Formats: sequence, C-alpha cells, structure tokens
Amino acid sequence: MSFHMKNRHARRGLQAAAFPLFALLASVAHADWGGLNMPEGVTVLSKKIYSLHMLILWVCVILAVVVFGVMIYSIIKFRKSQGAQPDKTLVHSTKVEIVWTVIPIAILVFMAVPIARTLIEIEDMGDVNLNIKVTGYQWKWEYEYLGQNVSFFSTLKRDSNAARQLGSGIDPKSVEHYLLDVDNHLVVPAGQKIRFLLTAQDVIHAWWVPAFGMKKDAIPGYVNEIWVQVDADKVGTYRGQCAELCGRDHGFMPIVVDVLSPADFDKWLREKQAEKKLADVAPDAPAVTASTAPATLAQ
Amino acid sequence: MAHEHTADHDHVHGEHDHGPAHGWRRWVYATNHKDIGTMYLIFACTMFFVGGLMAMIIRAELFKPGLQLVDPQFFNSMTSMHALVMIFGAVMPAWTGLANWMIPMQVGAPDMALPRLNNFSFWILPFAFTLLLSSLFVPGGGPAGGWTMYPPLSLQAGDSLPLTIFAIHLMGASSILGSINVVVTIMNMRAPGVGLLNMSLFCWTWLITAYLLIATMPVLAGAVTMLLTDHFFGTSFFSAAGGGDPVMFQHIFWFFGHPEVYILILPAFGIVSEVIPTFSRKPLFGYDAMVYATAAIAFLSFIVWAHHMFTVGMPLAGQLFFTLSTMMISIPTGVKVFNWTATMWKGSLSFETPMLFALSFLFLFTIGGFSGLMLAVVPADFQYHDTYFVVAHFHYVLVPGAVFAIMAGVYYWLPKWTGHMYDEKLGKLHFWLSTIFVNVLFFPQHFLGLAGMPRRIPDYSTQFADWNMVSSIGAFGFGLSQLLFPYIIWKCVKAGQRAEARSWEGAHGLEWELTSPPPYHSWSDPPSREVIAKGAQH
Repeated sequence: MSFHMKNRHARRGLQAAAFPLFALLASVAHADWGGLNMPEGVTVLSKKIYSLHMLILWVCVILAVVVFGVMIYSIIKFRKSQGAQPDKTLVHSTKVEIVWTVIPIAILVFMAVPIARTLIEIEDMGDVNLNIKVTGYQWKWEYEYLGQNVSFFSTLKRDSNAARQLGSGIDPKSVEHYLLDVDNHLVVPAGQKIRFLLTAQDVIHAWWVPAFGMKKDAIPGYVNEIWVQVDADKVGTYRGQCAELCGRDHGFMPIVVDVLSPADFDKWLREKQAEKKLADVAPDAPAVTASTAPATLAQ
Repeated sequence: MAHEHTADHDHVHGEHDHGPAHGWRRWVYATNHKDIGTMYLIFACTMFFVGGLMAMIIRAELFKPGLQLVDPQFFNSMTSMHALVMIFGAVMPAWTGLANWMIPMQVGAPDMALPRLNNFSFWILPFAFTLLLSSLFVPGGGPAGGWTMYPPLSLQAGDSLPLTIFAIHLMGASSILGSINVVVTIMNMRAPGVGLLNMSLFCWTWLITAYLLIATMPVLAGAVTMLLTDHFFGTSFFSAAGGGDPVMFQHIFWFFGHPEVYILILPAFGIVSEVIPTFSRKPLFGYDAMVYATAAIAFLSFIVWAHHMFTVGMPLAGQLFFTLSTMMISIPTGVKVFNWTATMWKGSLSFETPMLFALSFLFLFTIGGFSGLMLAVVPADFQYHDTYFVVAHFHYVLVPGAVFAIMAGVYYWLPKWTGHMYDEKLGKLHFWLSTIFVNVLFFPQHFLGLAGMPRRIPDYSTQFADWNMVSSIGAFGFGLSQLLFPYIIWKCVKAGQRAEARSWEGAHGLEWELTSPPPYHSWSDPPSREVIAKGAQH
C-alpha cells in the first residue's frame, strides 16, 4: 500500500510540472519496453540476420564504451577549473595512430566473413517448394500462387480504413490490428522453402514482413526474388507493411501472412482452387490444378 | 601583443577602407565577403525555421495514431520539402556563409577571389527557394515523392515537378559557383607563408567539400533533367514500359547523394577541429592525419552510393563491394574521432558554449556513426532499410552533427564578427535544451525502426504509439528552444561585453590576429610571416 501512496505523491508532483514534461514521463513509463529491439523472427534467414544485427550492435556498444569512456575521462580529469595544465607537445604519435587505424580494419575483416556467408545464403534460390508472385499496386498487393491457378488482391481492412480517414472520430485503439489488417490474408505453409517473386504495376513498392527478416523492392519492369522458410513450429499470423514510399496511401497497404501447417495449407489451397474453378469459365483450369497441386505436398 | 599589432595595422591602412554602401545597395550589390556571408547565414537561419515548421507539422501528425491534422498527400509533401529545405536551404547555405566569412580571414586575404560571382551565387538562392516553396500552392500540391524523387512516383506529381526541378537546378548552380569561389580563393589568395599544410582545418575541409560539390551537383542536375524530359518530352530514361530503367535513377541520384552527405558534414569536421583545440588550450592532435582522413572520406564517398539502395536487388558481388567500401569509411572517420579525443587528452578544458556544442557533436555524431556501421551490414540492412532506424541515423549525423557544428561555429566566431561577446548564460541554456531535446526526439526513433515502423508514413499501428509521442514531445521542445538562437545572435549584434581580437584564450589562427570586428577588407595587406607563425599553431 505504501507503494500506492508514493505513486500518488509522485503524480501530484508531476501535475505541478509543465504539461510536456508530464506527457513525456507518462509516455516513457507506459512505453512497451519489450519492443526496443529487432524481433528475432520466425524464419531460417531472419535468425541469422538477427544474430548479425546483435553482433554488430555489441561491437558498437563495446567501441562506444571505450571511446566515450576516454572522452568522459578527459572531460572530468583535464578541466582548467581543476588546474589542469595543457601538454602542448602532445600533437602526434605514429604508434597510437597506427593502433587506432588497425583496430577498425580488424573489426571490418572480422565482420566481413559472417556478412558474406549470410548474403550467399540469402541469394540461394535453389530447392524451392512454392513460388508466389507478389505485385504491388497503388495501394494494394496482389498474390499469385504460380502454377496453382490461385490469385487474389489484398487490401487494407474496412474498419482500419474507416478509422484512418482524416477526422474520422474513431479511436485507432478500438480497431483490432489498426492499419495492420487486410481483407484477404496471404497463406503459406510452414517448414517449406517459398520463393517470392516481387514486381509492381505502377510505382516502386517494397514488400516487408519483419518476422521474415527481409524486405525487397517491388519495381515495375523488374522481378526481384527473396526466399522465406518459416520454422515448422511457427504456425501463426505475421504482419508487415509496404516499406517504399509509393504515394498518398503508402502507409495503408499492409501485409498479413497466415502460416499454416503443410496439411492445412494444402486444404486451404484446394478450397481456393475449387472456388476459382466455380468462378472460371476457362475449360483447361481443372487440368492445371490436378497436375500441380501435389507438387506442394512433396516435402 | 597581437592586439597592438592589429590595431597598428588597422591604423596605417585605415584610409584605404571605404566602408559599405548605404541602404539596400549594400546588400543587393554586395561584393564584400562579410556582407555576403551575413546574407547567407540569415538566409540559412530563415530556412532552418521554415524547414523546422514543416518538421513540427510532421511530428504533430505523428503525435498519436490516427490522422488528426493533415491529408496523407500533404504529409508526404511535408517530409519531401522538409528534407529539401533543410539540406539545400539551411545547412549548405550556412556552410557557404561561414566559408565566406572565415576563409579570407583565415588565409590572409582581403576578400574572396571572385566577389561578383559571390554576389550572384547568393542571390540565386532566394529565387530558387521562392520557386520551391511556391510549389506548395500549385495544383497537385508540393513535391510528395520524397526528397530523393524516385521515379515513377515523382513523375506522378502535378505542377510542382517543373518548379522543384528548376529550383534544384538553381540551387546546384549556386553551390557550384560558391564552390569555385572557395577553391580559387584557397588556391590563389593565401598570403605568402600560409602553406597548404599549415592552413586551418576549416579551410581544408571546405576545399575538399568544394571539389565534392563541383563533381556531384552536375550529376544531380542531369538526373532531374532526365525526370523533366521523361515527364514533358516523351523520353523513357526511367520508364520500364518505354525500355528505360527506374533503378538507374537511384544509381545516378545516390552517386550525387552520398558525396552530398559528406558535403554536409566535412565542414563540420573542420569547425570541430578548430573549436576543440581552442578550448583544450592545446594544438590539434594529428593535423596531417586529419587532412588525409578528410581526403580519404571524400574519395570513399564516391564508391559507396549503392548502400542507400541495397533492397533494389543487386548482384551478390555488388552487395559485397558496397558493404565493404561502406565499412571502410569508418576507418578515416574513426581516426578523426580519436584525434579529437586525443586533443582533449592532457589539455586544459573549459566549457564555453562553442565547446559544449562541439562536445555534443563529438558524442552524438559518433552515435550516428555507429548506427551507420550497423546499416552497412547488408543482411541487417534488409531489416533496417526504409524504417525509422534510418531516420534516427541520418538525423543524428545531421542535427547534432552538422547543425550543432554550425552552432558551435557561430558561437565561436560571433565575438570576432560583432566585436561583442554573446550572452554566455543564454548560450548555455540554448545548448542544454538543444542537447536534451534532440535525444528525446531522435533516440526513440531507433526503437521504432527496429520494432518495424516504416519511414514516410503519416499514420501508424497502435504498437508504435508510445515512442512516437515521446519523439514528438522532443521535437516540439527542440523546435521551441531554437528560437533562442536568433535572439542570442541579435542581442550580441546590438550590444555586449567588448570582445578582444583574440576572443578566446586558446584560439589560434589568422582570424584572431585581426581586430574584433575585423576591418571591412579583412587583410588589405597580407599578414607578416611572424603573424602567420603565431596564427599557425594548430
């Protein structure tokens, strides 16, 4: 109970302080301290990218401690007000200068090896189980399961879209997954290597799901590729956004991916193909479905 | 002693000094380096507040989730214009203004080498920015495709496109002319005895910056001209449908854009290299290494451009080359940071406002350097790219980097320019408010970026709400505290304690051998060798 009392005291004190200070402290206190770092992600690559991120972050932290330590020491120790006398002869030292040139070179070389190794893996597009073509439009995504006769558009969900209008009066906090929800989710199987082929119809977009560790530009006239393999046990829903300024509604074309177990995915795919068959008038559609559907079941 | 000498000097040659013309003619027909420098600095300060107002609009909209204030299109034009105004209108003219004021005084010259060109290069700017800012009021609104103007998006602009492009042409012309003037002045107007390897580091960094400008501004002009012909004359440089290549624009743009980053920061290195030795009462550590490091950074800046566009889909070899060359920049930059630290080592430090800003630069620019090192790691960059992590990174190197160095320079030389000391108490207040709020403003943006918030979005998912609010509060605090800056300068121009010729105890350099304020034609007679020797103790 004494804790509550203290809190009330603190609050009274803050109320006396200027509003901005109060708002600042309040929002720091309420901030989500778990969301400070890059997420580790759920794919083979995202974990490697995360560990590279942590490696370079720690290199920077160690360097910062050393460099800032020396600076702070100098500021405290060599103050004129404390009677410090300048040593005017200290203007050059080849030995020291060689040391602080060689150390960054060594760090560079030390970093280059894991960077190169990870990059080579990122660029390895072999042994793919499923190809999905992603096309960016102003302002929505189109997903096409290549060879599966399944394709659809994915746009911002209506409740988010209503709330995000200027002066809508709808509290974004009342909308579930505000700005990160779409009408048609992309669905992919867990544990399989999926290749995304990225392109765009009008301007440049970028397809990014942070939990997958990668983003790449979708450029008109280009086909870019990335591959994603979600861990078999990481079934779930993952969200991302367009990451390249693409005009007025750039902030409003999210990405939502449902990762299903391979069995559930095949069930979903067959349902989609059946829907498509009903809608299609093209006579050769069933043949395509029959010959290519089992391919995704392999592995 | 320095005092006696300069007073003497002034007396003997006083009659040669015809003062400035009166009224508007002094400014419109200005050929004097100090008058032109003053106009550049006033212009830069004005644009700093115009761009700052845009930043306030951006941060006000981002204060909480949901769209409360502006349309997304207007928001996009605010982010685009904020960058163009701050880069081309605030920071670059501030550097040229400082160059105009200080280079003739530091090399022992009476004025810049090309005074009429100097007038022209300044007076282009108000026209360029009238064009740029007027684009906000034409059909379709201001440029909203980002300051990087990537096609095809930038080609969707309305009438703002030609206005923006012509404004950029004019700014480029102004920068090139200003740079030619700097190069010619430093190469030809140094007083006998002022050698290249004993001139001030501010002159050195500006000399290298001038070459970067001359090399890259035409590249930008070419890129935007191709945009213009794509839009109006049916060419297809950047249109895939016409056989062109939208990614080629990005390569050309960043071939300009990366050296541009160093154009914004190299003169800052120069100022910090003057201020830290002065207030450490000790010569700069490793002068030669500083010069070579500056040159190395300038060279490397031409071979790292593609690190701005790792996500466009480059061959593996290209990604490896650009990641390695980018990391190499940390070597000369590290040398600089270590040299500044070593300058303070065993010094006798005091903490007047210029030194405080220089120290803040030292710490916060280094933080920006660290995040830069992280961004160079390509696989991790696939996550960082186009997020608030990048926004945090470049604002750390540009605000507490370039802008704080400009402020350090202004406080450092104000007594020299005006003959008055500024109000030290207010200066320190300005410093502490700026340093605290700049961190409240930009540090949380690292977290936002890592947590997955893309840049250039007017509204965001609720998970990003807390840190955006913190960042916005920092922005309002930072913006408001900058109002102190022109007030302190104004107060100092009007009145203040008389400044001595050598306004700071530890100051060295030829400018401190002149009176405060200096004579209208700085060194109408070149300084004698003993004066140079006294000034040249770096």
